[in-house]
Amino acid sequence: MKPFAYTRAETVEAAIAAEGALLAGGTNLLDLMKIGVAAPDRLVDISRLPLAGIEEVAGGLRIGAMARNADIARHPAVLARFPALAEALLSGASPQLRNAATAGGNVMQATRCSYFQDPASSCNRREPGSGCSAIGGQTRNHAVLGWTEGCIATHPSDMCVALAAYDAVVMIEGPGGRREAAMESFHPLPDAAGAGPAPLSPGEVITDIRLPDPGGMARNARYVKLRERTSFAFAIVSAAAALDLRDGRIAAARLALGGVAARPWRCRVAEQALVGQPATTESFARAAELAVQGARPSGDNAAKIELARRIAIRALSLAADGTPDRLAALPASVFAGENNG
Amino acid sequence: MTQTLQLKINGSDLRLDLDDPRATLLDVLRERLGLTGTKKGCDRGQCGACTVLIDGRRVNACLALALSHDGAQITTIEGLARGEDLHPVQAAFIADDGFQCGFCTPGQIMSAVALIAEAEAGLDPERIREGMSGNLCRCAAYAGITEAVLDATRALALEEERAA
Repeated sequence: MKPFAYTRAETVEAAIAAEGALLAGGTNLLDLMKIGVAAPDRLVDISRLPLAGIEEVAGGLRIGAMARNADIARHPAVLARFPALAEALLSGASPQLRNAATAGGNVMQATRCSYFQDPASSCNRREPGSGCSAIGGQTRNHAVLGWTEGCIATHPSDMCVALAAYDAVVMIEGPGGRREAAMESFHPLPDAAGAGPAPLSPGEVITDIRLPDPGGMARNARYVKLRERTSFAFAIVSAAAALDLRDGRIAAARLALGGVAARPWRCRVAEQALVGQPATTESFARAAELAVQGARPSGDNAAKIELARRIAIRALSLAADGTPDRLAALPASVFAGENNG
Repeated sequence: MTQTLQLKINGSDLRLDLDDPRATLLDVLRERLGLTGTKKGCDRGQCGACTVLIDGRRVNACLALALSHDGAQITTIEGLARGEDLHPVQAAFIADDGFQCGFCTPGQIMSAVALIAEAEAGLDPERIREGMSGNLCRCAAYAGITEAVLDATRALALEEERAA
């Protein structure tokens, strides 16, 4: 690991002024530093900023950027009103990592593209203009939506997929003041040359994430995640779904896909098509078709399009069945129903 | 620049000078303090061999920058036994053959101690397996590990009952 200077920021203002790589839980950044993908000259430790709170605000929720994944997933208001967020969080990483990883760090985590993670490979995201070794390589974890020849990486977060479905807003403070960005468009899509612009400008710090009142969707929300093993693995594809059902008809719907693009993929056309429809498999199948509209393989990964379509149907169907009072033993697993889910 | 680190490790207050901020908590435990019970497996947060408790929560020590945890209370495998008596989780791992080569075992035990304290898995083997998924065992002693966590959960509940 390259040597660096370490400072601790006690206030958000100090973090903005410090000009360095921000260290929160460290579960992603320290790992990238060990493998030589990240090499900051200065680490600014923001883990003690007073931003770890989780509060109910006017029916919605405010999650501080330093709240730990495990604490968010266990929070009574999250379990009661935003259960797909709890399920997404608990389907990711391991208990040890969830105890360290923060909400802000989760939003800012780097892609798990193995070529990005290998300094010997070409990567426009890591080194603009160097090319993309992923194209023509192993592309199981790569994009089928919104990609370019410049970059086919996906964003690996489960949490962000649920947040996008819940209409979450990322609150940011920086040298230019405060701004907010919708979770569903916070992460830039790649352009022809590479990964596109950075989601945060130098000096900017995520302070918290706000979720509006889920209204009638609170108990009809699920997260489903397909992966190579049922625990401690990144998604091949995943989906967060929430429904507001009135007498068996859909008054409002939310659907977002994970593992398919450089951002959580909110499926607004599919959502609109569900409004007024009966909550049936046929309705969900038509919506899922719309959700993957425009998808194309970025390599040997055409199967992900069909998998995403099926996972979208599964997530919508499970959401229609209602969120179970207690989350399944294997969160977000497609096999949960076969065990004791 | 030398920076000072204060930790309470297994009940003892320690003050250390660090001349390189790159040290992880795992490095400090093993290289500076000689507490080699905590193992370095993958060093990337994927295997769980380095699991310790930081302020009571299980964490991968390999991805914990030491300076970031200044002032924390750390419990390692060396701090678990009660004098000459093994901690009930340690005893259960022996009774139930929860290991073969033993390299992952300190991490497994620390993770199990925290899992039982979290009180979410109870006596459901599926929830225990899911809750222990951050700890890999290349000898695949998983069946014994699950049994050990079940037995230790029962033993600790009994202790609590008797104490009440």
